Amino acid sequence: MSIVVRIPSQLRPLTGGKREVVVAASTVREALDDLEAHHPGLKARIVDETGQLRRFVNVFLADRDVRFLDGLDTPVRDGQTLSVVPAISGG
Amino acid sequence: MTSPTNGLRCRECGRLFGPEALYICEWCFGPLEVVYDYDAVASRVSRARIAAGPPSIWRYADLLPADPVGAVDLGAGYTPLIRADRLAAELGLGELWLKDDTRNPTGSFKDRVTSVALTRARALGFKVAACASTGNLANSVAAHAARAGMECYVFVPADLERTKITTTAVFGARVVAIDGVYDEVNRLCAEIADERDDWAFVNINLRAYYAEGSKTLAFEIGEQLGWELPDHVVVPIASGSLLTKIDKGFGELGRVGLVDADRQVRISGAQAAGCAPVARALADGAEVPTPVRPDTIAKSLAIGSPADGEAALRAVRSSSGSIAAATDAEIIEGIRLLARTEGIFAETAGGVTIACLGKLASDGVVRRDERVVACITGTGLKTVEAFADTLGASAVIEPSFDAFTALEESWRNPR
Repeated sequence: MSIVVRIPSQLRPLTGGKREVVVAASTVREALDDLEAHHPGLKARIVDETGQLRRFVNVFLADRDVRFLDGLDTPVRDGQTLSVVPAISGG
Repeated sequence: MTSPTNGLRCRECGRLFGPEALYICEWCFGPLEVVYDYDAVASRVSRARIAAGPPSIWRYADLLPADPVGAVDLGAGYTPLIRADRLAAELGLGELWLKDDTRNPTGSFKDRVTSVALTRARALGFKVAACASTGNLANSVAAHAARAGMECYVFVPADLERTKITTTAVFGARVVAIDGVYDEVNRLCAEIADERDDWAFVNINLRAYYAEGSKTLAFEIGEQLGWELPDHVVVPIASGSLLTKIDKGFGELGRVGLVDADRQVRISGAQAAGCAPVARALADGAEVPTPVRPDTIAKSLAIGSPADGEAALRAVRSSSGSIAAATDAEIIEGIRLLARTEGIFAETAGGVTIACLGKLASDGVVRRDERVVACITGTGLKTVEAFADTLGASAVIEPSFDAFTALEESWRNPR
């Protein structure tokens, strides 16, 4: 399945400036793996050494926080959008 | 004033950045903090220098990240600290003070942070001001942007109190109501801020500077108590930034020699039961709050995924404070109790603070032998609809004296 990943400005140096990257995946984890395969170094900025989402990164699948779904194991559907957004803002 | 060469440091990984419109670490996305040269500040600052300053947050410019000359200023801060003996008696407390931040230019403590953020924004060359808001910040950013001649966009949840929308739009701001809760508004704004890098989103790309404005509440409390720190402060928690910065502010007063540096202030938090992720994390012994979907009349505190929740938890734990949570009914009663004992009409967040203060007092967390300060952060005139069905005229009568005496009789002898 192919989904679109939206890249925040802080990570665009790793995607050659691209705001959106299309990846092939059936879960959020696979999406990040495919992202890493094409843009080395990207996954380590989103996921920490223990394989967890970094504390200050939020990932939204079709506008829903994956922490409220099944985290990195959340299944993705063809054509969905995955957004990587910094967590610290607001208030 | 802070030298413009003072930069920013990541609270998480320690990386350093210049004094730019950055709010998170480019590496780990951790929050950035303004760097101060405290030794230089200590050699310059004094009680007399502050006393000679303006009656606003700008009297503490030595510890703020913006230049007071030409500040975007409507007179935020230096609000009254009021001794509250009647309320203290009701709650079984001894020496209780209220920091009355309903008295700010747009009626909430947000004027403190906005004034700092937009002053910094203007210095950085921004022409457009923006924010994600639960209402109070919207009012404040719209008013200060008008004052500064900046274009203004504010993004709010669509279910916000009507008054907060009117009192924002009047300043000429574009108010964009989002069909979602604050956390969704905030997330959208983080994406917009990413694409509109010529906009100063006060609580996103200017957040490192913005949040520093909240320290002035602590500075004022210290100064108004005669340069002594209180024993215990009770602060409402939305994002957790206010509580965290009040803690930091007390620490800085000691660090630059304005108060006794060994004095530790206990800090306790107040949340609405319908949005209490930080209170829950404290009770569960968790280090990081688990996000919740808010459902409370205290809309200004309805942040389910608090950006500084973890930092607020640390401040509460390390100071031996606690966090209580108040139901909608308790919030209403808190507002009424404050109003009828002390003559201050607070918004729902103030009701949360008073209700939680009462709970913490009954639990023995806030003690009778402590000098206590409760922060009342916004005016009740903005949230009157919380009372729409419960408070009104006591009676409607004919314009005749007989009708009035009959009414008095009915009060004396209720059927």
